[in-house]
Amino acid sequence: MKLLTHNMLTSHVKGVSKGYPLLIKATEVKVNEVEFNPKFVSRMIPKLEWGALVQAAEGLGQRQDLPGELVSDYEQNDDFLKKVHRVLLEVEVMEGCLQCPESGREFPISKGIPNMLLNEDEV
Amino acid sequence: MASSCRRPEHSAPPDVFYNEEEAKKYSQNSRMIEIQTQMSERAVELLNLPEGQPCFLLDVGCGSGLSGDYLSEEGHYWVGVDISTAMLDVALDREVEGDLLLGDMGQGMPFRPGTFDGCISISALQWLCNADKRSHSPPKRLFSFFSTLYSCLSRGSRAVFQLYPENSEQLELITTQAMRAGFSGGMVVDYPNSSKAKKFFLCLFSGVAGVLPKGLGSETSDRNVPNQVQFSGQRCRFKNMKGKSLKKGRDWIMEKKERRRRQGREVRADTKYTGRQRRPHF
Repeated sequence: MKLLTHNMLTSHVKGVSKGYPLLIKATEVKVNEVEFNPKFVSRMIPKLEWGALVQAAEGLGQRQDLPGELVSDYEQNDDFLKKVHRVLLEVEVMEGCLQCPESGREFPISKGIPNMLLNEDEV
Repeated sequence: MASSCRRPEHSAPPDVFYNEEEAKKYSQNSRMIEIQTQMSERAVELLNLPEGQPCFLLDVGCGSGLSGDYLSEEGHYWVGVDISTAMLDVALDREVEGDLLLGDMGQGMPFRPGTFDGCISISALQWLCNADKRSHSPPKRLFSFFSTLYSCLSRGSRAVFQLYPENSEQLELITTQAMRAGFSGGMVVDYPNSSKAKKFFLCLFSGVAGVLPKGLGSETSDRNVPNQVQFSGQRCRFKNMKGKSLKKGRDWIMEKKERRRRQGREVRADTKYTGRQRRPHF
């Protein structure tokens, strides 16, 4: 699971109102090389929840020098876009689990695929 | 419609039906791959994405990622959701570029509002019309899917579903729930006159109402059934007096070509040489 997907994922367990951000408890993290696309990254930045992204990267130990606040003119700042690209698309959680901050429900991640299936009583 | 034993929905729930053996077909059977890719191409065309812009898309029922491959080819980024672990394993083996998620579409899409620029789904929606467990209620599951999908799409984006409906009631059930969730739009049917090439696409708009695109192969059929009597100075003498025209004549050939065009087959254009006799040879 890439951190871009994590930034968009919420918990949909019954009775949970926000369920965001999901807490990552990773046991295996991989960094894959992905082609850099500045246009896509700068398009995705307004959609991101920046605080959650920094927090997730920090938790995985992959933050490096990602700033805590969003840079104002990021579209021209290639250096910054490359940093965001690395965190969003190259860092992948392979094994571990995601935890809902409200209900404490854990969604296991195996082979990089989070299992978001709910039980009968959680729908 | 096909008999019920031939529809996979009737044999088992999707997480059971798509086992290793069934999933293997999707990576080895070239005919299956070709059809899936063709349908994804058409679905992306119906999505009407802005030209030259990389988009973030959702693929519901992504399976082995054949439709996702086409999205990556077009330069888009995608997240795939599927209920079958065997199919997702095939997708992992094929090293697809999108991110994968194990989830049930009937339980809703777990994403933040406004995440995606569009959604495609190839041959998945009809599975929602079946109740595989006692607790399942198809209308409820359809509604929870459509309402969560509506919220996770950005305003003005589209969702295109290719599906194999069993009957008209099923189509009505699906479209009613989609409209209840706030979507506008409707069905686009490609090649409505052919039983083989006929394809159903449910095309939904979120936010602004758009114009529904035309189905392929439906233009020629419209031309054949005018709602007004056309005026022509020519007196109709013996043409169309009997039901069918004389075999091997020019009219017969033109009729046959028109019929095959409506079925979505490849037909040569009509020219002055069509149906003309060749000069006599020794």
